[in-house]
Amino acid sequence: MADDAATRPETIKVEDLHKSFGSHHVLKGVSLTAREGDVVAIIGGSGSGKSTMLRCVNFLETPSSGRIAIGGEDVVMKPDGSPADRKQIERLRQSLGMVFQNFNLWTHRTVLENLIEVPVHVMKTPKDEAIARARKLLARVGLAEKEGAYPAYLSGGQQQRAAIARALCMEPRAMLFDEPTSALDPELVGEVLQVIRGLADEGRTMVLVTHEMKFAREVASHVIYLHNGLIEEEGPPDALFGAPKSERLKQFLKSVG
Amino acid sequence: MICPPPAQLSSLELLGFGDCGWGATLLWGFGNSILIAIGAYALGFLIGVTGAFGKLYGGPVAKDLWSVYTTLVRAVPELVLMLILYYAVPAGLNQLLIASGYERIDLPQFITGVVVLAFVQGAYQTEVLRGAILAVPHGQIEAARAMGMAPGQVARRVIFPQMTANAVPGLGNLWLNATKDTALLAVIGFSELTKATYQASATTKAFFTFYPAAMAMYLLISLISIFAFARIEKWARKGQRDVRG
Repeated sequence: MADDAATRPETIKVEDLHKSFGSHHVLKGVSLTAREGDVVAIIGGSGSGKSTMLRCVNFLETPSSGRIAIGGEDVVMKPDGSPADRKQIERLRQSLGMVFQNFNLWTHRTVLENLIEVPVHVMKTPKDEAIARARKLLARVGLAEKEGAYPAYLSGGQQQRAAIARALCMEPRAMLFDEPTSALDPELVGEVLQVIRGLADEGRTMVLVTHEMKFAREVASHVIYLHNGLIEEEGPPDALFGAPKSERLKQFLKSVG
Repeated sequence: MICPPPAQLSSLELLGFGDCGWGATLLWGFGNSILIAIGAYALGFLIGVTGAFGKLYGGPVAKDLWSVYTTLVRAVPELVLMLILYYAVPAGLNQLLIASGYERIDLPQFITGVVVLAFVQGAYQTEVLRGAILAVPHGQIEAARAMGMAPGQVARRVIFPQMTANAVPGLGNLWLNATKDTALLAVIGFSELTKATYQASATTKAFFTFYPAAMAMYLLISLISIFAFARIEKWARKGQRDVRG
């Protein structure tokens, strides 16, 4: 992949991103580039800023400063980092499929309704087209029989697979995963990782915040290790996991070992 | 025709719809009570939704104004508030009209009654709805924002349906209050059920006929309402698992 790296378009570009919560400086100038087909994994200890970094990409957190571009389009920001154009943010968010740690499926809608909600009501896709697409995706994540079920009646693993299908149903340019397996019972982690691996295999662009080091090593094309709001080390997974340079990363890998 | 003295009439005749019965008067009052309650409740709901969103998402001035409103209205006895509003609102309105060069108007009693009760209802509904919105899990709203919904869509398609389930028990209470608060309008001479009952029993001295009849009618509204709200709650809770397991 490295050979054609420069020619593939940049799907997500983050430059010199800063974020403070009050006086607490969470991100101190981090950058990230995900080209089409890249799988970027962000790892790091608790409080390292990895979730905040991901959440800044679709403006669930408002950056304090920096530059973010999605599909080559710069997000217009005010001097304080907040988005200047709400409509632009909403449009760009529709091209980024977000998957949360706690699934966040809408509890008052069935699985199928969850999938078609945004395509039909926000993106104005014809309903039968959205339903056909949703059914294909549900079959793919192994939930074809659950389309009429409400989320409360699904296991955590099923809910997360449905949430991934919901994000895919928008036909996003890239997928963002925020610790997608952290809230799951250990025996349910595998089924979710398998779905994510399938997406990586078909060449989807993804940014993934995760605690699953083995998984990150297997699927990622690029790994970023965050420490205290700064990128301590980054590179191809084999180099990062196989021959870590920084002392902190070595310690971190040992501790999560 | 000339009616015989009330003491010579049976309860059925007194409550009947004949020339000497008071049935039509009571039913008229009953209808008025229901109409006022529906009007005040609906208008109060509009105030409540606006107030709840205003208190949660409004600017600092909006938040303060809504707080003053809910605090004041909930602090003063409804009867006192009603008397003040009943006399103050039309007077104030007319002063305003005359000052701006218009003719004074006489608001129909029905409209004044609805507005006054709605003003009280609105304050309580604001608080019930505010609590119901706060009880919507943050992740539900965040998922909607993350997928590109505009704020109005988030409110309509996620917050509103989810807060309904939380709000129904409180709103059901307030509806029952609304039906009974209409009785306070008797004090200002509006011919709703309580006033009609009072007239009938004062004229005939048949207190033990008319008051139980009025009670039965209030009970009837309440029973139907309780049943209806249970149905609404069941509908609003679709998708939720029974907490009793």
